[in-house]
Amino acid sequence: MSKLRIERAAAPLWAKPLIPIVAVLVTFLVTSVLIIIAKANPVSAYYHLLIEPLSTRFSVLEVLVKSTPLILTGIAVTVAFASGYFNIGAEGQLYAGAIAAAWIGSTFVNLPAIVVIPLMMLLGFLAGVIWALIPALLKIKLKVDEVVTTLLMNSIMVYVVSWLLNGVWRNPETGAQQSPEFFEAARYIKLAAKSRLHLGFIVALVVVVIIYILIKKTPLGLKMRASGASKAGAQFAGINVNRTMLVAALISGGIAGLAGVGEIAGIHYHLINELSAGYGYTGIIAATLGGLNPIGVLIAALFIGLIGTGSLNVSMALRVPVYLGDVVQSTLLLVTLAMLLLQNYRIKRI
Amino acid sequence: MDDFLVSLIGATLRVATPLIFATLGELFCERAGILNLGIEGIMFLGAFAGFTTASLTGSLWLGLIGAIISGMLSGLLLSFFAVRLGVNQHVSGLGLTLLATALSLFLFRVIFKENQNLPSVVPFQQLNLFPNNPILHEIFSQYLLTYIAIAIIPVVWFIIFRTNYGLKIRSVGDNPEATDAAGINVYRLRTSALVIGGGLMAIGGAFLSIAQLGKFTFGIIEGRGWVCIALIIFGNWHPVKVLWGALLFGGVQALQSRLQITGIKLPYELFLALPYIVTIIALTLAGRNASYPAALLKPYKRE
Repeated sequence: MSKLRIERAAAPLWAKPLIPIVAVLVTFLVTSVLIIIAKANPVSAYYHLLIEPLSTRFSVLEVLVKSTPLILTGIAVTVAFASGYFNIGAEGQLYAGAIAAAWIGSTFVNLPAIVVIPLMMLLGFLAGVIWALIPALLKIKLKVDEVVTTLLMNSIMVYVVSWLLNGVWRNPETGAQQSPEFFEAARYIKLAAKSRLHLGFIVALVVVVIIYILIKKTPLGLKMRASGASKAGAQFAGINVNRTMLVAALISGGIAGLAGVGEIAGIHYHLINELSAGYGYTGIIAATLGGLNPIGVLIAALFIGLIGTGSLNVSMALRVPVYLGDVVQSTLLLVTLAMLLLQNYRIKRI
Repeated sequence: MDDFLVSLIGATLRVATPLIFATLGELFCERAGILNLGIEGIMFLGAFAGFTTASLTGSLWLGLIGAIISGMLSGLLLSFFAVRLGVNQHVSGLGLTLLATALSLFLFRVIFKENQNLPSVVPFQQLNLFPNNPILHEIFSQYLLTYIAIAIIPVVWFIIFRTNYGLKIRSVGDNPEATDAAGINVYRLRTSALVIGGGLMAIGGAFLSIAQLGKFTFGIIEGRGWVCIALIIFGNWHPVKVLWGALLFGGVQALQSRLQITGIKLPYELFLALPYIVTIIALTLAGRNASYPAALLKPYKRE
């Protein structure tokens, strides 16, 4: 008769994709308690949360709209985390990109779309890079912990945006706190009629592919993964860990900036304080859930977008507070964190 | 101008109160080697739990106890991830902030429904220690919790630097391996620090809802937790220096809101962003001299 034993070793390959699936199931089990507290039936709540959004064309497209910024912030976080640089500042970098876009999109009235859209993306990317630069330099030059500085930069950005919207961009007539409207050529084109789906979704997919190739197929990607796995080991192998982390931090900031460009040029057409619903932080959920693999992050972001769309349905149909979506997302993050440890174990017959 | 100064001092103490509680909470966690980024969410949950318990039971003190319990449970939850499982402290801490925030919002809506008027309780009243002296009256007309906040600073200092427990906390934050070798349970010690820390953070949040406002609003914490993360570095992980940091921040905040009333044109956002900027500069100047607990962020695994 054979016995089973758990030992510390890499789990078999087939087990890896099971981890997020089991994490999702555990999360639904845990959060169903809250649905019962809200006096609703968990099964029908999950129907409205996960299935109903996929039942009409409009809501499917709406899932993609909600996923767009999350794909980008998720990839931004992935690039940094995979390289061992803990960028918690995607939220601030997103707004930096949005500020650049808000300026371009309302200033260069005479430029055609073919010029102004790429210009806006470029400057949005650069703005994110610039906002990411200070913590990154402090990290590699002075070993100042990047988690704290990127987090503080988010808080500073809140006031930069508020200062702009209270000052130069305040509407002199209405007093509204929003930047001037985008002119037509600066708006992202819509990808489908009667929907909000915009060019930003394509941008996000392109970024996924580029970063996938970068991380998996290029020498720089190899250096990044090596630095992420073990700084000392990478250093020993002759890799300039500091420079690798700097590059990763800046790419990360730039991609987060693109997320900001998309939200403003694709949806709002002007800068507002509430442009991002914490997308920079939700990006950390997407990156963790996706196992820091760009394709995994894409799937995770789509799933989070689905939950975001579905939580509106749940609240309308069953009067369960819309914050159910946030609870499910954050629970999923914690459960996944715990489940990921299982990768380090395998069951052996002895 | 005297009036101005006197009311400024009074307001400074009020603004500093939640920061003192929460930063002392973070101090316990970080001294034990755990960066608790759940602080923002725990303060939010504390504000919610304090308000809700007070509103349902009609007792502000029960509200405060409810908040403390919510904070201690949050600390316990984080300890499962950051201590027992030893997962990434940044991500698990932020995860706790997201969860505690979402949970508070969800339960608030379940309990109080979607209401046109925000529900409210009659909050703690300010104590009036010197009713007859106009200057002292203005300065010392404070909530009891403010006095408690200042009083626990020497208590925390004593616990951390003069008790056996504090010695263990510091050693587990600097060298968990050696602490373990000395026969001390690292997991249990770190867990206790997170539970104490969580309770203190929640008091900070509850101060806002059941003392200052009498309401629970969705923007009630508004980044105060991140301010505490800054203050702890600014205060070099020392309880007394934390107080100076909190007072400095409180003073700047109180000053900007008073200058706004006087109509002096200043971008108040600059004042609000100032503590963050100062902290980044302080971090830069301190560089490697900052006395980080040596094992901060390092999970301990017993092989």
